[in-house]
Amino acid sequence: MPSVKLPKKSTDTDMTPFVDIAFLLLSFFIMATKFKPPEPVKVETPNSVSSAKLKEENSVLITIDNESKVYVSFGGKTTEDKGKITGIINDLNSSRSLGLTPQEIEAFQSTPLIGVPLAGIKNLLSRPLAEREKIKQPGIPVSDSLNNELVWWVGAAKKAFGGTKLMYLVKGDNTSKFPAFESVINALKRNEEFKYFLITGQEGAPAGSDLANKLSADSRK
Amino acid sequence: MASIEGGDGGGHKKGPGVKKAKKLSTRVDMTPMVDLGFLLITFFIFTATLSTPSTMDLNVPKDTDKDEEQTKAKQSGALTIMLGKNNNVYYYEGELSAEGFKQTTFKGIRDIIIKKKRSVIAAYTGSAACEEKARAKKLDVRSECADEDFVVVIKPMPDATYKNTVDILDEMTINQVKRFAMVKIADSEKELIVATEGPSTGTTPAP
Repeated sequence: MPSVKLPKKSTDTDMTPFVDIAFLLLSFFIMATKFKPPEPVKVETPNSVSSAKLKEENSVLITIDNESKVYVSFGGKTTEDKGKITGIINDLNSSRSLGLTPQEIEAFQSTPLIGVPLAGIKNLLSRPLAEREKIKQPGIPVSDSLNNELVWWVGAAKKAFGGTKLMYLVKGDNTSKFPAFESVINALKRNEEFKYFLITGQEGAPAGSDLANKLSADSRK
Repeated sequence: MASIEGGDGGGHKKGPGVKKAKKLSTRVDMTPMVDLGFLLITFFIFTATLSTPSTMDLNVPKDTDKDEEQTKAKQSGALTIMLGKNNNVYYYEGELSAEGFKQTTFKGIRDIIIKKKRSVIAAYTGSAACEEKARAKKLDVRSECADEDFVVVIKPMPDATYKNTVDILDEMTINQVKRFAMVKIADSEKELIVATEGPSTGTTPAP
């Protein structure tokens, strides 16, 4: 069969600009990414249409995991805030006579999240850090309204932070049951706190709904 | 292929008898590096978008036993939504009755809320107190006051999940319901739900 011979052309393309851009993007994303600290409890939050961004300073974070166990942690970045967080445990130590040693109080600072009854806190804080992060905690007892220990935690936090406005963040797992959430709210209510922030993922407002209409009306203004 | 050309162009003339060294290509195959680069880009793009959670405001009223401090709701404008297990939603308008008690899903509840809101707005006859307030604040009287009587009461069963609760609160934002309240479920309502979906397994969280 007669064949037409095509002149051989190189299929090489100069990829240098392409690679340049790729690495430019890469460096941008590396710089822009803020890594989440590892979470001791895995929580999958539900989505909401709310677009307000999460602020973490001066906050009490109450986590509800998929087994409806309740954990508490305190947020603060500056050294002053850290001192206040130590104030929380000092307060509980004296008011609930937990009998903590100074080392254990120091250890509270580095514990990412507390999920044990007050009676078990000495045991938790006496363990080394690596163990504290991994150990499976039983959750703070909240279901019994007479012995809702979260009330103590929130009360101590309010006292330690004094005049500073605290943010109450609630981070609940999709599958956690409503009674756990209800007892968390009750604990906050008993401390005269009525404004909470629920941590959620983000989703858009459904088309045609009143919210979507309002948002588009606002953006037209 | 992406490559770097070596600067070794010239090649020196060596003396006679010296064998010319074989010229080695200085081209480096950059494909694996590019592959890795893009892998990293994808990774960072994903983590960057995932680490921005948002927050949803929730304000609750103070518990009060005094009758005069409690918020009054008109029967005609009230819609009660109950959350059962397996993402079931129950609702009734006004006062509880066996006929008015209906079942729906999270998809269906939006239309129910919209329908009720429209009917409350249509039935609006004017409220002097509210209109006065709206005028003082220089707000649109019609949009401020027409749905004044519309109240959604949310009553989650112990079986309802946290996601259900957030979803229904979200539904309030989506439909711009100004007045809603989360209330403990009454026994009469519990019985009706239990009759529909079987006994509750809630109250004690699963181990």
